[in-house]
Amino acid sequence: MSLPTDPPGTTEDTNENAIELRSVEGLSQGQIVRRKFFRHRGAVVGLATLVGLMVLAYTSIGIFGSPGWWKWDPTTPLPVQNGTDPTLSLPGWLGGSGFAIGDHPFGQDEIGRDIFARTMRGTQTSINIMLLISIVAALVGIVVGALAGFYRGAADNALMRLTDLFLTFPIIVIGAVLGKLAGGSGTLYLGLALGAVSWPTLARLVRGEFLTLREREFVDAARVAGASDIRIMRKHIIPNAMGVIIVNTTLLASAAVLLEVALSYLGFGIRSPDVSLGQMISEYQSAFSTRPWLFWWPGLFIIVIALTVNFIGDGLRDAFDPRQKKIPSEREMRKALQDEKSPAGTTS
Amino acid sequence: MVVFFVKRLLMSLLVVLVSTLLMYVLVDIAIDPLFDLRTSTSPNREELIARRVAELRLDEPVLVRYLDWLRGASGCLYGQCDLGSNWQSDQPVTALLGGAILTTIQLVTAATVLAIVLGAFVGIVSALRQYSGFDYSITFLSFLLYSLPVFWVAVLAKVFLAINFNNFLGRDSSTLGWLTVVVVSVFVGLTIMAALGGSRTRRLQVFGAAAGITLVLLVYLNLTNWYANPSIGIVIIALSSVGWAYVMTILSTGLRNRKALYSALTVAALGAVLWLPMLYVWQYARSAGILGWPLVLGLFVVALAVAAGVGYAWGGPDRGSSARTAVLTAIPVSMMLFVDRLLQSWQSYNDNIAIRGRPIATIGRVTPNLQGDFWIQTLDVATHLVLPTATLVLISFATYTRYTRASMLEVMNQDYIRTARSKGLTERTVVMRHAFRNALLPLASIVPVDIITLIGGAVITETVFGWFGMGRLFAASLADNVIDPVMAYILIVGILAVLANFVADLVYAVLDPRIRVAA
Repeated sequence: MSLPTDPPGTTEDTNENAIELRSVEGLSQGQIVRRKFFRHRGAVVGLATLVGLMVLAYTSIGIFGSPGWWKWDPTTPLPVQNGTDPTLSLPGWLGGSGFAIGDHPFGQDEIGRDIFARTMRGTQTSINIMLLISIVAALVGIVVGALAGFYRGAADNALMRLTDLFLTFPIIVIGAVLGKLAGGSGTLYLGLALGAVSWPTLARLVRGEFLTLREREFVDAARVAGASDIRIMRKHIIPNAMGVIIVNTTLLASAAVLLEVALSYLGFGIRSPDVSLGQMISEYQSAFSTRPWLFWWPGLFIIVIALTVNFIGDGLRDAFDPRQKKIPSEREMRKALQDEKSPAGTTS
Repeated sequence: MVVFFVKRLLMSLLVVLVSTLLMYVLVDIAIDPLFDLRTSTSPNREELIARRVAELRLDEPVLVRYLDWLRGASGCLYGQCDLGSNWQSDQPVTALLGGAILTTIQLVTAATVLAIVLGAFVGIVSALRQYSGFDYSITFLSFLLYSLPVFWVAVLAKVFLAINFNNFLGRDSSTLGWLTVVVVSVFVGLTIMAALGGSRTRRLQVFGAAAGITLVLLVYLNLTNWYANPSIGIVIIALSSVGWAYVMTILSTGLRNRKALYSALTVAALGAVLWLPMLYVWQYARSAGILGWPLVLGLFVVALAVAAGVGYAWGGPDRGSSARTAVLTAIPVSMMLFVDRLLQSWQSYNDNIAIRGRPIATIGRVTPNLQGDFWIQTLDVATHLVLPTATLVLISFATYTRYTRASMLEVMNQDYIRTARSKGLTERTVVMRHAFRNALLPLASIVPVDIITLIGGAVITETVFGWFGMGRLFAASLADNVIDPVMAYILIVGILAVLANFVADLVYAVLDPRIRVAA
C-alpha cells in the first residue's frame, strides 16, 4: 500500500496504516466491526453475562403465562422454610457450608413469597422495559434527527426547539408524570411512555451526523442518479450513521434500566401485582436489618444488567471508532522498542 | 452582545412558558384528584364529588386553569407570588416552597462542587496515565458508578455509613482493627503509586512512602481515639501547612522558583502562628454576636488577600506566580484553621441532648430543637449533608471523570502541546499551564446538563433521606394528586435549567476567545 511518491515525513504513518489495512483486507465494514467488538474483553464478558441472565430470567419462571422450570411463582405465598433465610450456600472453598441450592435459594419475604422467582420476574420486567424504551427512543430519535438534519431550515429549527423542550427537565421528572399516567396499566404502556421522552439526546446526535453526511459526494451522486429523499436517507445516510445510532442506543438502554427502577422505587413505575426490581427495593428497604437479602438481590441484578449493557456499549463504541486501534501492552511496547534498537545499532 | 442577550432571554422565557403549558396539561391528565372519592362508600358521594369539582374547577377547560395559574405565577415578577395551594392541607405553595428551595440548592451545590473538583482531578490523572492499571481501574469504577441505582446506594449508605458508624462511635474503644489498618494503608499506597507512575524503583519508593504515612496516620488516629473525639491540633496544622505549601508550589510553579516556595512557606507559617490568636478572634466574635457565615467568608477573603500580598512582597522572577502560589496555599491552610475550630465543638455537639452520641444523621436537613451556637449548628448541617451529598456525588463523579479524561486526552494530542514540549518546558508546565486549562473548557458545557441531572437525582435522595426539599415536594404531591406544588416545582426547575444553560454560554464565551457571539 505504501506509495513511493509519499513525502518522507509520512512514510512511517503509511507503514503503520499499511499494517492496519492488511489486517482488515477483504473484510466488509460489518466484519471489521464484529472483529473489533469481539476483541474487546469487557464487552464480550458483558454480552455473555447479559445473554445468560436473559436466558435464566425468561426460562426459569416462564414468560407470557407459559410455565418455566422453577417450581415457585412470584406471587404465591408459601409456607416459610428455614426461617425465610436464603437456602443458597457457597461451596466449601469459598467459606460456605458446601454448595446447595435448596428450596428458596434467595430466601422468602415476610409472607413467604419466593425471592428467586420475584427477582427473576423483576429482571424480566427490567429487560423488557429496557428493550421497549430503546426501540421506541431509537425510532423517534432517528426520525426526528434525520428530518432535522436532512431538511435543515425551518424543519430543523422546529424539531430542535422541541428537543430542547424535552431536555429542560430532568428525565426522571417527566418520567414520573408519565409513569403516574401509564404505570398502573402495565409494562407495555410504561415502556412506550418512557421511550417517548428518552429520545432527545439521540435525535441531536443523529442530526449532527446527518448534517455532515448530507454534504458528502455519495449523497450528491445518489441524487443525480434520481434517488428520492427517502431512499437517500434510508440507503445512503443511515447506514453510515449506524455507528452513532447503535452506540448511543446502547448507552440509552442502560440509562433506561436505571430510570425504570428509580420510578418504580418512587411509586410512579411498575405497581403491584407486577414485579419490578425497584419496587422490590422500595417494598423491602424497611426490612434491611432483619432480612437483608430481600434488599441485596434486586440491587445486585440491577447493577449487573446496567453494567453489562454499559460494557457492551463501550465495546461497540471502540468497534465503530475508526481511530481506535489495538493498544499494545507496555511489555509489547518495550520489546518492540528493543527490537528496533538492536538492529539499528548494528547497521549504523 | 446586548442584542444576543435580549434574544436569548426572550427565547428562554418562551421555553419556560411552553414547557410549563405542556407539563400542566400532562400533569392534569396524569393525576386524579377524585381518586379517594371514586372508591368512597359514603352516601353523599355524588355531592362530595360535585363539591370538589367545583372547588378545583375541574369542569373548566385545562387551558383556562393554566392561564389562571400563569397569572398567579407571573405575580412573582413583582413580588406577589401566587402559586396556588395544596388543596388537601390548604397550605399555600409559596409557604411550602420557602425552605424547600434552599434545601435543594444546598444539596445540589455541595454535590456539584465536590463532583467537579474530584471528577476533574481523577479524570486528568487518568488521562495522563492512559492505558495504565490506574486508568483501567478508574474506567471500571466509572462504569460501575454509572450502573448504580442511587436509591439502593443511599439505603446502603444509611445502614453502613450512618447507623453502623454511629454504633462504632458508641463503643467503648472506637479503634480500627489491625487488619483494616494494614489493608487501607496498602490500598492507599497502591492507588498513589499507580497514579504517580514512573520507573520501578520510583514506584516502589512512592508505594513505601504513601503506605507508610497512611499507616502512621491511622495508628495515630487509633491511639488518640480520634474517631470518637476528632480534632486537628496545632502540630498537624503546622506539619500539613508546610506540606500544602510544597504541593501547591509543585503544582503551580515548580520548586525551582524559590521565591514562590518561600511565599507559600510564609503563608503556611503565618497560618500556624495565627492558630492561637484565631481562637480568641472566634471567641470574641461569638461574644460580640457577629459569628456567622458572613464573618467566616469575610475572613477567608481577607486571608486570601493577605496571602496575595505576601507573594507579591516576595516578588521573584514573576510576582504574579508567587502571589498565585501563596493564594493557593492559603486556601487549604485557612480551611484547616476553620475546621479545627469546628471540631473543637465536636464533643459538646456529640453530647448534646438532641444528638446523644449518634452524630451521623440519616433523616432530615437539621436536627429539630437543637440548641447551640454557630459551631454546633454548622456541625449539625455538615453531619446531615454528608450522606445525601455523597450519594449525589456518586452520580456525577463518573460523568466528570469520563468527560475530563476524554477532553484531556484530546488536548494532550494537540500540536501546541508538542510545541510547548519541544520548547523545553517542563512536563509540569505543559500539563498545568497549557493542557489543564484547555481541558477544563468543555466542562462548562456539561455543568448545566449535569446540574439538571442532579436536581433529578435529588428527587430520589431527598425521598430516601427525608429532606423536605423540592424534589420530595414534587414526588409527594404527584403521588397525592395535587397539581399546584408539582407545577411550582416544574416552573422552578425549568427556570433553573434555562439559567444554567444561559450562564454556561456566558462562561464559555468569556473563557474561550474563539467563540464569537453572533448577534
